[in-house]
Amino acid sequence: MRIAVFTKYVPDAAEERTFTADKTVDRDTDGLLSELDEYPLEEALTFAEAHGKDAEVIAITVGPKQAVAAVKKSLQIGAKRGVHVLDDRIAGSCVLSTSRVLAAVVEKLHAEAPLDLVLTGLASTDGVTSAVPVQVAERLGWPAATVASSVEVADGKVRIRRDGDTSSQFIEAELPAVVSVTDQINEPRYPSFRGIMAAKRKPLDTWTLDDLGVSGDEVGQAAASTVVQSITERPPRTAGEIVHDEGDGGRRLAEYLAAQKLV
Amino acid sequence: MSEVLVLVDHADGTVRKPTFELLTLARRAGTPVAVFVGATEAASNAAATLAEYGAETVLVADDPVYQNVLVTPAAELLAHLVGSRQPAAVLLPSSFDGKEIAARAAAKTGSGVITDAIDVDADLTATQQVFAAAYTVTSKVAKGTPFITVKPNSVAAEPAPATGAVEAIDFTPSGTGARVVSVEEKPASGRPELTEAATVVTGGRGTGGDFGPVEALADALGGAVGASRAAVDAGWYPHAHQVGQTGKTVSPQLYIAAGVSGAVQHRAGMQTSKTIVAVNKDEDAPIFELADFGVVGDIFDVLPQATEEVKKRKA
Ligand SMILES: Cc1cc2nc3c(=O)[nH]c(=O)nc-3n(C[C@H](O)[C@H](O)[C@H](O)COP(=O)(O)OP(=O)(O)OC[C@H]3O[C@@H](n4cnc5c(N)ncnc54)[C@H](O)[C@@H]3O)c2cc1C
Ligand SMILES: Cc1cc2nc3c(=O)[nH]c(=O)nc-3n(C[C@H](O)[C@H](O)[C@H](O)COP(=O)(O)OP(=O)(O)OC[C@H]3O[C@@H](n4cnc5c(N)ncnc54)[C@H](O)[C@@H]3O)c2cc1C
Repeated sequence: MRIAVFTKYVPDAAEERTFTADKTVDRDTDGLLSELDEYPLEEALTFAEAHGKDAEVIAITVGPKQAVAAVKKSLQIGAKRGVHVLDDRIAGSCVLSTSRVLAAVVEKLHAEAPLDLVLTGLASTDGVTSAVPVQVAERLGWPAATVASSVEVADGKVRIRRDGDTSSQFIEAELPAVVSVTDQINEPRYPSFRGIMAAKRKPLDTWTLDDLGVSGDEVGQAAASTVVQSITERPPRTAGEIVHDEGDGGRRLAEYLAAQKLV
Repeated sequence: MSEVLVLVDHADGTVRKPTFELLTLARRAGTPVAVFVGATEAASNAAATLAEYGAETVLVADDPVYQNVLVTPAAELLAHLVGSRQPAAVLLPSSFDGKEIAARAAAKTGSGVITDAIDVDADLTATQQVFAAAYTVTSKVAKGTPFITVKPNSVAAEPAPATGAVEAIDFTPSGTGARVVSVEEKPASGRPELTEAATVVTGGRGTGGDFGPVEALADALGGAVGASRAAVDAGWYPHAHQVGQTGKTVSPQLYIAAGVSGAVQHRAGMQTSKTIVAVNKDEDAPIFELADFGVVGDIFDVLPQATEEVKKRKA
């Protein structure tokens, strides 16, 4: 069992998130492993544990220098190996270019030794497009089983449950496949003290576009397929009327709704 | 004028409201052409309503492969139509299916994709709200054909009668991809769809697991029921009702948060609601910073009284 997990480095949602003058995300603020990428990592580690010592989980991050923190955290949590794609030419990439780079990483790893699965989060917590996993699958020519709230692997196939609004679908695909998972799928573990110590000795490769055979013309802000025109901070909502319930709170709420013509 | 393709969201031919919103936006940038994936009979029923909102043409793709294979066939179809009709843009609903179909078709055609737009201009500039709606960003697709997914309730659907001529599409998808083995329908709640509802009443950890008062107020107002992640994680309400970053984004006329603290990840899913009302017993709860009207009190006192009062006013 050999599993690649995509682990994005994102700005901390609990801090103020801003943009730089070139209209890209300010990545010099505090960042971390995207919380939604802890779920595919947990799922991968659970599979690996069930498959014994030969199983390998590889965490992959594409991002600037400080993004190595996401790879290191993944190694501390339990991944065996990390890959950080670090190349200034990637800065400001759209999803089309990001998926190009990630697909090239998967191809390189798959050529070393076949991968069974690529596990990803449902969405990043900054861009939130959910477009990367299917684009990577499209580029690899692999099937994508997405938005999984449960995943099983057996007989060379992956089976997932995909919960929608009006129905749940049960999806099946041949391996190797790309699978994105939701935050309903498991309870991610925390790094243990032993894990933190062990991570220091785990292999962490730093690759550039040249290592991946991707041309600089295909990525970065200059090549982006989407261009930001303007960014405006939304005015904060002005605080409204707050009343204390003195036995009439519900009535006053209804009166407010009626006054606003909402009833 | 060039065409703008709109992927129709429907249930057995009953077109969902977000599609009318997409057609309304499509009219700004070109001639709307509806792409209907489903049975031909269902399409002819749908064509009349699609025409009412401006669809000049209704293209029908009728093949079981669209039900049996996830996302890929619809993406192949749109990539084919982009090649054969050279539309100015393709608009899709911002559901997981919509986003993934758009992303795949964009990769096939070397196009840019913009997700979760709340507006699209005549020149195809798209508006997004990012970082939990703290910023408004406008952007444009610079490569290929713009694929834009639009959130429900972003614009008011406006009728504009058109021809709605039904045309079968001559295209057979490859059939490769992840297969749909079976489907389990969920029982209908009888309440409006969460993302489309004009009113949403959401219960949080403060319900202590009793959603009765939340549902009663939602029903009195004809609204949908939402839940915070804390309530969903506790197993009190299904995940399909979760509002927030990892749940649904809602933008109703009225959002009532009951026993919800207002964490940033929750705000991400409701911050753009027109009117926000909060009921919480902690006067320092961050949700009050967003509220147009707030009641500091116990939801088990405030909600039932409000429900009675609303019913009285409606009677
Ligand atoms: C606010 C905002 C809005 C944006 N909107 C758009 C847009 O509409 N169109 C567009 O083309 N670009 C957009 N971008 C740029 C886009 O976010 C980046 O290209 C990004 O690297 C990939 O998209 P995502 O973060 O949305 O990933 P998603 O598709 O949401 O991520 C899904 C999963 O893919 C994996 N993944 C994604 N990126 C990486 C990575 N760098 N390293 C490792 N794993 C990864 C993770 O497992 C993640 O959980 C936007 C960026 C921001 C900050
Ligand atoms: C990656 C990530 C994604 C997330 N995605 C989401 C998401 O999509 N949606 C989401 O909601 N959260 C999400 N969260 C979780 C979020 O951070 C909060 O933990 C969650 O929103 C808290 O839910 P709550 O407000 O119901 O609970 P709490 O924060 O515990 O608040 C309960 C509130 O109820 C009040 N209360 C208690 N009893 C009563 C009573 N009887 N009457 C009146 N008031 C009462 C309390 O004063 C308190 O303010 C996410 C977190 C992460 C890390």
